[in-house]
Amino acid sequence: MGQHVVLSQITKDYIVTLADSGKRLDGRPFDAYRNIRIKVGHIQKAEGSAEVWLGNTRVLAGVKVQPGTPYPDQPTSGTLSTAAEMNPLAAPDYEAGPPRPEGIELARVVDRGVRESGVIKFDQLGIKDAEGKISKVWMVFLDLHILDYDGNLFDACSLAALGAVLSAKLPNTRYKIEGKTEDEPLPLSEPPISTTTVKIGKSLFSDPSLDEDLCLDARLTVACDQEGNIRAMQKGGYGSLSVDEVKSIINLSRTNGARIRQLLKQAVASGEARTQE
Amino acid sequence: MELINKKGVRMDGRKPDQMRDVRIEAGVLHRADGSAYLEWGGNKVLAAVYGPREAIPRHSQDATKAVVKCRYNMAAFSVDDRKRPGPDRRSQEISKVISEAFENVILTEEFPRAQIDVNIEILEAEAGTRCAGLTAAAVALADAGIPMTGLISACAAGKAGGHVILDLGKAEDNYGEADLPVAINHQTGEVVLLQMDGDLSQKEFDQALEYAIRGCKEVHELQKAALMKRYASHNGGGEA
Repeated sequence: MGQHVVLSQITKDYIVTLADSGKRLDGRPFDAYRNIRIKVGHIQKAEGSAEVWLGNTRVLAGVKVQPGTPYPDQPTSGTLSTAAEMNPLAAPDYEAGPPRPEGIELARVVDRGVRESGVIKFDQLGIKDAEGKISKVWMVFLDLHILDYDGNLFDACSLAALGAVLSAKLPNTRYKIEGKTEDEPLPLSEPPISTTTVKIGKSLFSDPSLDEDLCLDARLTVACDQEGNIRAMQKGGYGSLSVDEVKSIINLSRTNGARIRQLLKQAVASGEARTQE
Repeated sequence: MELINKKGVRMDGRKPDQMRDVRIEAGVLHRADGSAYLEWGGNKVLAAVYGPREAIPRHSQDATKAVVKCRYNMAAFSVDDRKRPGPDRRSQEISKVISEAFENVILTEEFPRAQIDVNIEILEAEAGTRCAGLTAAAVALADAGIPMTGLISACAAGKAGGHVILDLGKAEDNYGEADLPVAINHQTGEVVLLQMDGDLSQKEFDQALEYAIRGCKEVHELQKAALMKRYASHNGGGEA
């Protein structure tokens, strides 16, 4: 049900034919990203926020931090909950309502990128009361709003999520936390950076555009940390990848991820960063 | 709390009939048929329009005119205490009254069986989001080339600290005596949205309504300027 966006067979054929002669629809090299812009701290009501432009794709991530009851199995650790809204602003076929499987996969991949990667030190998110006991913990809510969809939501969302988390503050003053007189940054460690490569025909493309997203055979998102170790992966699409292709995608992720990491650091430090036009 | 002092100065330093700063930009999104971004004091609003296109599901079609489907939505992080995502009773009511305001001005009979989607996303909220949302959506509709009898705009007036005031701020909205959001079609001068809660005498109401209409006019000039900026540039139009 609902509105549909289809890519014509002729466009798909054209993308494949172009690729055979070493070219890409928008003229980019196969391993190149579109222009990236990261803006941090735009939403003052949020404890942390970041807006990311990846070409014409645009995502806004906001972090709210509130005191709450911990889970019984981890009584002193903070919690994270991630939601990604495929907002009907962003594309003609996005509808309001319960998230579709695509939206759920996206939110879960972004969630893992923040949770399992250990970016947030959850064990340091307990809130001590006057006796020094922990009965409440900080609950981190990460909400992603996709505002304009022009391909590669995985990377745009992961990057916006990291920007929002890295710039977030614990609202000690607003909740009158015992023994705290000012807001503090979240306890953090160095994050892995996610990058996505798609396979169309026999070619591998970094940072797929909308047309490439719509006709991809397979997609692989890889997150690498500062040391170059692999920290998360997610394959999508009905097509398959050879072992050699997987390895070259990991290499692509290392080099592109390192570049994006610098940009993210710059944005968190100065409020905004962008790649050269 | 003193919402307005003896000299008639409000908490944020404004005079009783002074609006917050408003900034509007048209055509900010790439995929949408029309879009606008608006900042109104601490409010940040994005509006996107899709259509006219075939109304789906089919039983929602009207054989004589297009249906206007407006969706007002607040981001979870737009307010101090996180808002649960998704529609609640408040946002559904606001969506309805804004839809009706636009049905009034859009030439819906030109597009039988079609729907026009108007999406209003409140990215940050600080009193007066329905007026900000409607104002942004009107610019997005114009940007999408949807034919209308006029470009509508909205502004609230009300009463706080015993004074009639224009464009309520957060504290004035929470602790004031009355709130009166109004939307006007500037071509005809007609009222297309009107709500009120609180307590106003006839005299106070008359003054509040006059303030609100004056506010609408002020915003209307900014709407026109935003559209002019997008479509009257020297290089022959916008970039998208």
